[in-house]
Amino acid sequence: MGHLSYEDSKKLVYKGLVLLAVVTLIEVFFSLLGKGHVIGGLEDISWLGYVVGLVLIVLSLYKAYYIIYEFMHMRYEVKGLALSVLLPTVLLVWALIAFFQEGTAWKQRRQQIEDKDKEKVEEVKKDDLQGFRKDAATIEFKG
Amino acid sequence: MATTDSVMEKQDLDNQGGSSWDGGEAPFKASYGKLMMWYFLLSDAFTFAGFLIAYGALRFSSPTWPVPDFVFSTAPFGVHHAPLIFVTIMSFLLIISSVTMVRAVQEGHRENKNGVVFWMLLTIIGGIGFLSCQAWEWTNLIATEHMTVNVNPFGTHVESGVYLDANGKETDEVFEAGDSYLIHKAGAGHGEDHGEGDHAEHDYTQGDHAGYFVNSDNFLQRKYLVTDGPDAGEVKMQQFGPKAFGALFFFITGFHGFHVLSGVVFLIIIMVNAGSGLYMARKNGHEMVEKIGLYWHFVDLVWVFVFLVFYLL
Repeated sequence: MGHLSYEDSKKLVYKGLVLLAVVTLIEVFFSLLGKGHVIGGLEDISWLGYVVGLVLIVLSLYKAYYIIYEFMHMRYEVKGLALSVLLPTVLLVWALIAFFQEGTAWKQRRQQIEDKDKEKVEEVKKDDLQGFRKDAATIEFKG
Repeated sequence: MATTDSVMEKQDLDNQGGSSWDGGEAPFKASYGKLMMWYFLLSDAFTFAGFLIAYGALRFSSPTWPVPDFVFSTAPFGVHHAPLIFVTIMSFLLIISSVTMVRAVQEGHRENKNGVVFWMLLTIIGGIGFLSCQAWEWTNLIATEHMTVNVNPFGTHVESGVYLDANGKETDEVFEAGDSYLIHKAGAGHGEDHGEGDHAEHDYTQGDHAGYFVNSDNFLQRKYLVTDGPDAGEVKMQQFGPKAFGALFFFITGFHGFHVLSGVVFLIIIMVNAGSGLYMARKNGHEMVEKIGLYWHFVDLVWVFVFLVFYLL
């Protein structure tokens, strides 16, 4: 746009198509790899799940960057415009941390309630009580 | 009035050398419409982010969550056990329609009316294709797999075990913790054939049976024998998956689909206007096409993240 010739920018568009398609295919491949569809048994390795998740998030962010900067022409806009649109999204980092932590806390509470529900309480006989006088009930106050 | 005028005059004198407040100068060197489109998209991004973060928080709060490559493993024309293939095709449709949109904007800058209409038409076809795919996906989930906003028949085993047959005897269908299952409706077709076609012979009245339980919605919850963990030896039955999954899925993909739908409507309007020569007359490089282009790319951008959290992770 203004900075590139028509032919060059046309070429850039088809380069973008190939790039986004290839990145999407890589994402699907990694996702299936992590779930054990490509090589069986891999889904049981827990650290691999985190690595795959990280790769998927990074690739998606790259796709987002490419769409905003090339397809939406953010690269050719004034710096102030780019900053005024992109900087507010930094708030989402806070939201992500806060709400995911909240979600994990809900899970712990639910587990706690479930455990408490399952807990078996044995009836305690008076004779087993410690620290109480066994004849406590017989005390009468007079006067 | 005279006082006001003199104040204005004084300000004008102070601001000699051209102030942004005098008008006639576009902030950020972008037109009003384009700038506002950017800020609308920013606010829309926050709406979607709110939805997706809610999905993440609820997913983290559940002990189990439906595995996407099990839930989304069907495709039209009787394709089963093809995890993520159909949504990958849907993603490609959006990417391709995004690319044709860029081409339409480029032709607009060259004031090539026919080029704009041609590429916008391809974009619209891509958008309609995506919507059709989503319609099929929803139909399959609702009509065949009976998922609704508050019923989620996709469950996950938390312990290993072996299924019981209709008479309460152990079968050879073994599963492990983490395996997914879909609770079917009693007597109904499964939408797929895996050699269990003998269901029709059994008694499907609601209530408890030897090998299964039929709930009030006619869902058939199969029983199984737990083979490991503290509950080994107990007979349990399939439980429904986390309720939030259905609501989140339909609301978030629905909200995105609604964006695609309104995008298609606006694309059609602007394509017709472009074809009529309206934007040629404005001599501003088909800026309206550029604005709807921004919106259309945003729809693709949101899909990148919907695709990530619902299908890939």
